[in-house]
Amino acid sequence: MSDALLRVENLHAGYGDFVAVDAVNLAVEKGEIVALIGINGAGKTTLMHTVAGLHKPTAGNVFFKGEDITALPADKIVQKGLSLVPQGGRCFQRMSVQDNLLMGSYVRSARKNAKQTLERVYELFPDLAQMKQRPAGNLSGGQRQMVAIGRALMAAPACMIFDEISLGLAPAVINDIYRKIARINEEEHTSIILIEQDIRRAQKVSDTFCIMLKGKIVLSGKSSEIDSETLKKAYFGI
Amino acid sequence: MYVAQVIINGIMLGNVYALLGVGMSMILGIVKLTNLAHGEFIVLGAYLSTVLAPLLGIHPILTLLITVPLMFLLGYLLQYLLIGRAMKKGNEPALLVTFGLSVILQDGMLMFFLADSQHISLPNGMGTIQLGSLEISTLHLMLFAISLVTMAALTVFLKYTYTGKAIRATADDADVAALSGVNIGRIYAIAMGVALASAAVAGLCVGMKWTYDPSAGSSYLLIAFVVVVIGGMGSIPGTLVAGILFGLAQVIGGASYGLPISYVLLLIVLIVRPKGLFGK
Repeated sequence: MSDALLRVENLHAGYGDFVAVDAVNLAVEKGEIVALIGINGAGKTTLMHTVAGLHKPTAGNVFFKGEDITALPADKIVQKGLSLVPQGGRCFQRMSVQDNLLMGSYVRSARKNAKQTLERVYELFPDLAQMKQRPAGNLSGGQRQMVAIGRALMAAPACMIFDEISLGLAPAVINDIYRKIARINEEEHTSIILIEQDIRRAQKVSDTFCIMLKGKIVLSGKSSEIDSETLKKAYFGI
Repeated sequence: MYVAQVIINGIMLGNVYALLGVGMSMILGIVKLTNLAHGEFIVLGAYLSTVLAPLLGIHPILTLLITVPLMFLLGYLLQYLLIGRAMKKGNEPALLVTFGLSVILQDGMLMFFLADSQHISLPNGMGTIQLGSLEISTLHLMLFAISLVTMAALTVFLKYTYTGKAIRATADDADVAALSGVNIGRIYAIAMGVALASAAVAGLCVGMKWTYDPSAGSSYLLIAFVVVVIGGMGSIPGTLVAGILFGLAQVIGGASYGLPISYVLLLIVLIVRPKGLFGK
């Protein structure tokens, strides 16, 4: 337990008086895919924003590679090797695809190998290689999501968090992106946290799962050992 | 030929106006802050060059080697230690801080340099170059060159360096920039440093072209505003084009109609294209 790559202990976070994340414990092992499942407003995004340093926790701790990263700002956490791909494929709209990707290697440790990593990203997303100089603002939703994932990959992270990447995308595009994620996990042994609302898909692609409801983790376990009925009940809280 | 002469003069003058606006435009586009002290920073740059040139016995242009790094440092520290802290409390406090800075700087310069009008005189005076029937003053040519070199340097910095890319990225989406490992506070400080460095260059230019005094800042701020709004904030080519339009308006309208023409131009841009000519 103590050698987990990412460990969240008794984490609390909220907005004013509203508690969005309530005493959450979570562990992610190296090379593991964890699905964080829950309905809208369950606190998934707030939890992960707090882990990634975008949101300040009110109590609790986050450990990454055994180091306490709770008080660190987002840019310091990225340097440690934990990258978040935010919801909606957010890109630097006025910058070219290539510059968007290169921004991902802004972290000092990633700059040295930026050229090779860039080749890897283009190999993973051949579509992007065809539009290096296009401004990211002109791309389709799926392509922007690829740019966002590529940008996170450029930092050579040990753990990646994907916040509802399937939101608003066509099923074929979603399947494609999930295949890429599986490939990233396989080839780089990157630990992956998937925030998802689609229970079936989340169960299929993950090693372990956590179901979040009203700020708490109500059920967690091995994805292959749980039947979908129990999962669904916990998801809706019935 | 008269028309060509007017256009040439307008373009030359317009480059100086663009220089007044470019720092303001960067801060609006990147830090999302209206820097009300920008005019005073330009005046400060002018005073620094005015004092340093005779003191060191060097050509006024060479004072840039000192004033540009000095003003960069001042901008960096002001943003990091003062304005950045106010920004954490919201946009209005930060705006008030820049207003306070403008008052402090203006009164400080009044105390230090008195209210006399100043001018940066060039050691070998000014001549003109004859091109057919066109006449171009060497001073204008010099200002034109300084402005173009500054704009080119800024463009290269923003486009090709990691720091420049980080500045553009932060302007686009500060959260995602932070998630890419960018220290936003530091980037804002660098942007303010660069803006003040550009004010140092602008100060030298206005000092060589016109006379100035400690209260001249507000008129520079006004010009900077017009140039930024017409050009679109954060866009260097936009600033350049807007500056030239403004310059042409001044030359065509002369002392009595120059400003009204540019304000009408400003109104038209605000109605037809509120983002500015090059704004995105």
